[in-house]
Amino acid sequence: MPERETLKLVIVGHLDHGKSTLIGRLLSDTGSVAPEKLEEIRQVSLERGREVEYAHLMDHLQEERRDEMTIDTAQAFFRTPRRDYVIIDAPGHRELMRNMITGAAQAEAAVLVVDVCEGVREQTKRHAHFLFLMGIRQVVVWINKMDKVNHDRARFAAVAEAARQYLKAVGLAPASCIPGSALLGENVERRSDAMNWYDGPILLEALDALQTISRSLQGPLRFPVQDVYALNGRKLLVGRVESGRLRSGQELLFLPSGLKSRATAVEVFGQERSEAVSGECIGLALDSALLPSRGEVGCAGTLPSPTTRFRASVFWMAGDACRKGEPLLVRLATQGIPGRVESIERRMDSASLETLEAPADRLEETELGEVVIALDRPLVAELPSCVPELGRFILTRGSETAGGGLVQEVNI
Amino acid sequence: MLDSLENQTIYIVREAHYHFPRMAMLWSIGKDSTSLLWMVRKAFFGKIPFPILHIDTGYKFPEIYAFRDEYARKWDLDLRIVRNEQAIAAGVNPHTEKFACCTALKTEALRQAIEKFKFQALLLGIRRDEHGIRSKERYFSPRDEQFQWDYQNQPLEMWDQYKSQAEGGTHVRVHPLLHWREVDVWSYVRREQIPIVNLYFAKGGMRYRSIGCATCCSPVPSTAETLDQIVEELLTTRTSERSGRAQDKEAAYTMQKLRALGYM
Repeated sequence: MPERETLKLVIVGHLDHGKSTLIGRLLSDTGSVAPEKLEEIRQVSLERGREVEYAHLMDHLQEERRDEMTIDTAQAFFRTPRRDYVIIDAPGHRELMRNMITGAAQAEAAVLVVDVCEGVREQTKRHAHFLFLMGIRQVVVWINKMDKVNHDRARFAAVAEAARQYLKAVGLAPASCIPGSALLGENVERRSDAMNWYDGPILLEALDALQTISRSLQGPLRFPVQDVYALNGRKLLVGRVESGRLRSGQELLFLPSGLKSRATAVEVFGQERSEAVSGECIGLALDSALLPSRGEVGCAGTLPSPTTRFRASVFWMAGDACRKGEPLLVRLATQGIPGRVESIERRMDSASLETLEAPADRLEETELGEVVIALDRPLVAELPSCVPELGRFILTRGSETAGGGLVQEVNI
Repeated sequence: MLDSLENQTIYIVREAHYHFPRMAMLWSIGKDSTSLLWMVRKAFFGKIPFPILHIDTGYKFPEIYAFRDEYARKWDLDLRIVRNEQAIAAGVNPHTEKFACCTALKTEALRQAIEKFKFQALLLGIRRDEHGIRSKERYFSPRDEQFQWDYQNQPLEMWDQYKSQAEGGTHVRVHPLLHWREVDVWSYVRREQIPIVNLYFAKGGMRYRSIGCATCCSPVPSTAETLDQIVEELLTTRTSERSGRAQDKEAAYTMQKLRALGYM
């Protein structure tokens, strides 16, 4: 039996614009909900004296159902004849951006839900921007609640245009903008007669047209060492090939140390391999006595140059502001290097994209900054456009993941 | 697809081992944790460098005990059997109150083991698609001194960067199978020919889809007697996996309450 393709999809948008309801509708219309689940939802809704609330299919926490608000990201699954989908629900509330980002970071594509009555709002914008920062480039815009505006074409056109404009400003182009009603199931799985002026794809058609993302095997070899294991007197480096191909017998340069060595064996448990490709977790034996440790990156092809100062776009997600100069840990692939934000050249609102201050000495929660990061030791960092896995990093303060960023320029 | 799921799991297991030298894995002997154990063996080239815990309530199916002992030996595991002897002696049992029984014989037994061995992290084979509450989990999920899951304040997790510290008294639950679906697990069991407890295969028109204590699991109607038939069944069924599990049902939020207290 050939394996079915799976696409990971995150549903984002402003609070109350109908994300969870849309997911409930997708699950229910594709026959992906267990009958007892629907019955449970019916019961809970009944106890509360309400209509059946599909949002409960995703909002499992007692607090979420009581407050009618998604608190944390959740996942559900549905299938079309074309392929399987994992849907990731992301909360719309501003205080819950960390959960939204956690959800979006796992996705290959997104549906941005916009309530036609309210139009593009603050969290619509912020979510769209974070989709871009998380590396998502495929976005379908779902203009929801069309039943509430009598399926009016002009209202749809105005909101769709505003959404397109904003997406363009953050660097995204929507695959399609679809008018519909999640509550009534219009233009989700079946085309609505009430909007016969719309001849674009309905939601499931638009989703089936999206592409799954696979790692490129073309890039230069990058193998960040994750750990070193001793096995029956032998030492094996373990890690994941993040880019390119690693062949047995190949010469590697480990950075930042500069150690040169030859791969004598590429192994997975019980099996020797002639090569490993991007995405594979392997064991690697080298012919040198001196072995690189965790954080070193085995390289071949175009070589990166390790840096102790780099320019980056960062987002801050901790309650306490990021202060210029405070000690932080930069974690990039398997590297973890102490450093600090040396300067904040610009501080921006992640929704309006407005510059709040330039230069600045702090970044508040959810804000973006164009910064220079200085490190205590050299880091192997590259532009995300060259090697995505080595172009993004997180910032931790103490034990807390406080933010993240994309590398803009190395060796400044 | 299965390869990429497996690679993600192995990466997470190796991250967990690197960051948390005092770690253990929970093995319920079910299909998920047995598949996880299979991948953990792969991650460490056949020799797992940490203990494997079985939380034994005394009420497990006889098939589970037999399977556990056979493969603990074959796979050379450092198996530690964890029981809340005090509660068992005091007569806590599933026939009176299930919530209290799960809490005493599983959650409390685990708490005692963590305290005794000072584990900083635990590997668990839970999946997001098993239960709504589990879909809210992180790969690396902190538990505080009181063992509680602060589900309203979970860490940011992205780009394969995971929580790498556990402060004194706290521990981190690591969930390397979080992204697997039930059908993925079975497809993997089939591909890898992983040995599995025979309770999962239909006998007399019934099989178990989820196993735990004999007292609190019911079989579901099924004719799936082979791995192929199980995979086929899952591609068409709409019944949920844990429909035979009592602790999911008692009341709408039982699972949330159990998990907030540290249940698996």
